[in-house]
Amino acid sequence: MKRNICLFGLLIFLVVLPFFSGEFYVNLASQVFIFAVFAASINLLLGYGGLATLGHASYLGVAAYGSALIGLKLGLGHWIAAPAALVGTTLMAGAFGLIALRASGLGFLMLTLAMSQVLWGTAYRWVGLTDGDNGLRGLTRPAPFGIDLDSASAFYWFTLAVTVLSVWLMARFVRSPFGAALRGTRDQPRRMAALGHNVWLIRWITFVYAGFWGAVSGLLFVYYHKYIHPISLSLTNSAEGLLAVIAGGSGTLGGPLAGATIVMLLKNYASAYIERWNMLLGFVFVIIVVFMPEGVVPGSKRIYLKCRQRFASRA
Amino acid sequence: MPTALRIQGLKKSFGGLPAINDVSLEVAAGERRLIIGPNGAGKTTLFNLITGDLAGEGGKISMFEKDISKLPPHRRVHRGLARTYQIITLFPRDTLEHNITLSLLGLSRTRWNSFASLHKAMFREEAMRILALVGLESMAHRLLSEVSYGDKRRVEIAMALAQKPRVLLLDEPLAGLSREERVTVKQLIGAIPRETTVVMIEHDMDTALDLAERITVLHYGRVIVEGTRAEVVADPKTREVYLGN
Amino acid sequence: MSMQFWVIQTLNSLALGGLLFLLASGFSLIFGLMRIANLTHGGLFMLGAYLGVTILKVVPNLWVAALLAGLAVALFGGLLEKLILRKLSGNVLGQVLVTLGVAYIIADACLLIWGGDPVPIQTPAFLQQPLRVAGFAFPAYRLAVVVLAVLVGAILFFIMEKTRLGAMIRAGVDDMQMARAVGIPVSRLFTIVFCLGAGLAGAGGVIGGPIMSAYPGLDADMLPLALIVVILGGVGSLVGAFVGSFITGFVYTFGVALFPQLAYVILFLPMIFVIAFRPRGLFGRFAA
Repeated sequence: MKRNICLFGLLIFLVVLPFFSGEFYVNLASQVFIFAVFAASINLLLGYGGLATLGHASYLGVAAYGSALIGLKLGLGHWIAAPAALVGTTLMAGAFGLIALRASGLGFLMLTLAMSQVLWGTAYRWVGLTDGDNGLRGLTRPAPFGIDLDSASAFYWFTLAVTVLSVWLMARFVRSPFGAALRGTRDQPRRMAALGHNVWLIRWITFVYAGFWGAVSGLLFVYYHKYIHPISLSLTNSAEGLLAVIAGGSGTLGGPLAGATIVMLLKNYASAYIERWNMLLGFVFVIIVVFMPEGVVPGSKRIYLKCRQRFASRA
Repeated sequence: MPTALRIQGLKKSFGGLPAINDVSLEVAAGERRLIIGPNGAGKTTLFNLITGDLAGEGGKISMFEKDISKLPPHRRVHRGLARTYQIITLFPRDTLEHNITLSLLGLSRTRWNSFASLHKAMFREEAMRILALVGLESMAHRLLSEVSYGDKRRVEIAMALAQKPRVLLLDEPLAGLSREERVTVKQLIGAIPRETTVVMIEHDMDTALDLAERITVLHYGRVIVEGTRAEVVADPKTREVYLGN
Repeated sequence: MSMQFWVIQTLNSLALGGLLFLLASGFSLIFGLMRIANLTHGGLFMLGAYLGVTILKVVPNLWVAALLAGLAVALFGGLLEKLILRKLSGNVLGQVLVTLGVAYIIADACLLIWGGDPVPIQTPAFLQQPLRVAGFAFPAYRLAVVVLAVLVGAILFFIMEKTRLGAMIRAGVDDMQMARAVGIPVSRLFTIVFCLGAGLAGAGGVIGGPIMSAYPGLDADMLPLALIVVILGGVGSLVGAFVGSFITGFVYTFGVALFPQLAYVILFLPMIFVIAFRPRGLFGRFAA
C-alpha cells in the first residue's frame, strides 16, 4: 500500500515536471525514459530469464532504421511505419532467438553478440540502404491523434505514457504464471523440464517479447533524435543497456529503471567534463562488476555498512 | 496386467565406458519395483535415460505401450512420468508453496498465461493439499532454503506427487535422512496410490526391502538378478554382487 | 574478373585467415579452458599493433617488433587474468563484462596515446616486391603471413599434442573437475594460457600491421570475426580455429570484393548454417 502511494506520487511528479523544469531537463528526462524501456526489456532476459544478451541494441536499431527507411524511401506515414517496424523487428527477434537459443549461457551470449555485430557492420557498409556513416537524418516525429510532438514537453508526455504502459505490461508479464515459469527456468532449468515445462519455448517467447520492447524503445529513440546512425546498433549500446540493468540490480522491475537513470545521468554529465566516455564506461564496468555485483544501490549500502562497522570497531 | 514401463535393450556409454549395457526390464502397472546395485552400477544413469535427461544409444523405452524413446523430457512428463532427484534441485529462493505451484503449473494450460496475476490463480488450494499430504502445510510460506534437509526431501516427493504421475521414479528418497525422517518418508511412499507405478533406487536395504514387490539388481550396467523380494534375497548372485547394509 | 583478381583475392583470404588464426586460436583456447569469452581480445590485437608502431621506431625489424609487442601484451594479459578475472571465477557474466570494460579502456587509451589517425606499418623491405610465378604476381608479404600462420599452427599443435603443458590444457578443456582432481595446477595453467592467447593476439596485431595498419576501431572490426571463427570452428579446438579462420577469411574477403555492401551478411551465413546443424561447431568438444 505504501509502495503504491509512493509510485503514484512519483507519477504525479513526473507528469508535472515540464511545468517547473527547463527544456534541457525535460529532454533529459525523455532520454532517461527511452533508455529505461530499453534496459527493462534487457532485464526480462537477464534478470528474469537468466539469459545474458549482448545484442539487444539490434532491436532498438532495426526498429529505428525500419521506421526511418519506411518514411524516407517509401514515403509512408508513421501510422504504417510504426507498426511495420515493430512487427518486422519482432519477427527478426523470433529468427534471432531460434539461432541464439541453440546454446545457453556463454554460447547464447556470443551468438547474440555475433548477430548484433553483423547488423552493425551491415549498417555501416550497406551504404545504398542506410547511407552508412552519415546516418539517416531529416526524420519526423509522429502526430498521434493529430497532436504535434515536436515540442519538448509534448514529446516528454508521449514518452512518459509509452514508458508507463510498457512497464505496466512488463510487470504483468513477470507476475503472471508464465513469469513464474520463466524465473523457474532461470533458477533450475533441468528441474523445470522434469516438471513438464518446455524450457526452450519459454525462453524463446521471452526473447521475442524482450525484442518487441527493445523495438518500442527504438521507435521512441528515433522519434526523439529525428536521426539514426549505425552506432545505435553497436556493442557499446547493448553494453550500456546491460550496465544499466546491473547497476540498478537485475531481477526486479525497478532495478533497470533506476540503473537507466544512473547511467544516463552519468553519461550526460560526465561527457561534459570527460572526453573519453568509453574509458569511463570501461572503468565503471570493472568497478561495478568487481565491487558491487548485486547492483549499485544494494552494493553501496553493503560497502557503507562495512565501512561503518570497521570504523566502529576501531573507535 | 498392463505394462507401465517397458525398457528394451537400452545402451549408454560415456567415452567408451559402457554405463548401461543392454538393459531390459518391465514394470507392471501399480507395481513397486526396487532397483539396487553397488555404486556405479548405472542406476541413476538408467533413470536419466528413462526421463530423457540423457540420450540413449539404441534400445527402446515405452510407457503403457507407447514409445517415448524419442520424446524430449518435458513431453515424457506430460505422458505421466515423474521423478525425484538424489541431489536436491528445488528452488531455494521461493516458498514451499511456490515450489509446489511450479510443479502444478508444469502440467496446466495456465502456465502459458502471461497476463493474469499468479497469486490469483487457483493453485493455492491444490498446493496446500499437496503439502498436507507430506505433512508440510504449516511451513507453506517458509522459504525452501530455510527448511531442514529432511523437509526438503519431503518437498521433493510432494513435487512429484503434485504431478499425479502414472510412473514415479524415486532416486534414493531416503538418502541422508535421520531414523525418524526415514520412517515418515517410508510411510509417505507406502501411501502412494496404486494408480501410480513406483520404481525406486535405494541403498538403505532395511527400509527399502519392505516397500518393494519386485527387485532388479544392476551391476556394471547389466541386469544380474530380477525377481520377487524372496527370490532376489535368496539368489547367490545377489550376495556376490551386493547385499550389504 | 581477371585471373589476377582471383589470385589476389585468394591470397588476401589466406592472409586474413592466417591473421584470424593468430587472433582466434588464443580466444578459442581461453574460452575452451577457462570458459571465459574474452571480449578484450580484439583490443589486445589492436594494442599489439600500436605497440608495434612504437617499437618499430626503435627496432626497425617487423618480426622482432611482433615478438616484443606479443610479450608486452602477454604480460598485460597475465596481469588482467591474475588481478581481475581470477577474482571473478565462477561469475561468468561478470568476467564477460569486465573483459568488455577493459576493451573500452584499451580502445580509449590507444586513442589518447596514438591519436585518431590510422598509423601504417611498413612492410619489411625484402617482402615489398611481389613474387612473380607463372605470369602472376603474388603479394609477397601476404604469402609470408600465411607461412607464418601455418608455422605458428604447427608449433601450437606440437605444444598441444606432444608436451605436458598441452596435455594439461587438453585435459582441462575436456573435464576441468577431473583435471583438478588429478592435481593439475589449474591456476597457473589459466595464467599461462591467457598469456599465450594474449601474446598471440598482440603479435598478430603487428604482423597484420602492413596489411591493415593500426587504427581506432581495429578492435571492433576484429572481435566479431574472431567470434565467428570460434563459433564455426568449435570452442577449445585448435584445428577448429585453424579451419574456421580460413573459411572466415575466404568468406569475408570474397564477400567484400564481390558484394561489398552485404559482406557482413554473407559472413553470417556459414555461421547460421553451422549452428543450426551442429551447435558444437565443426570441431568443438562442447557447445559454447
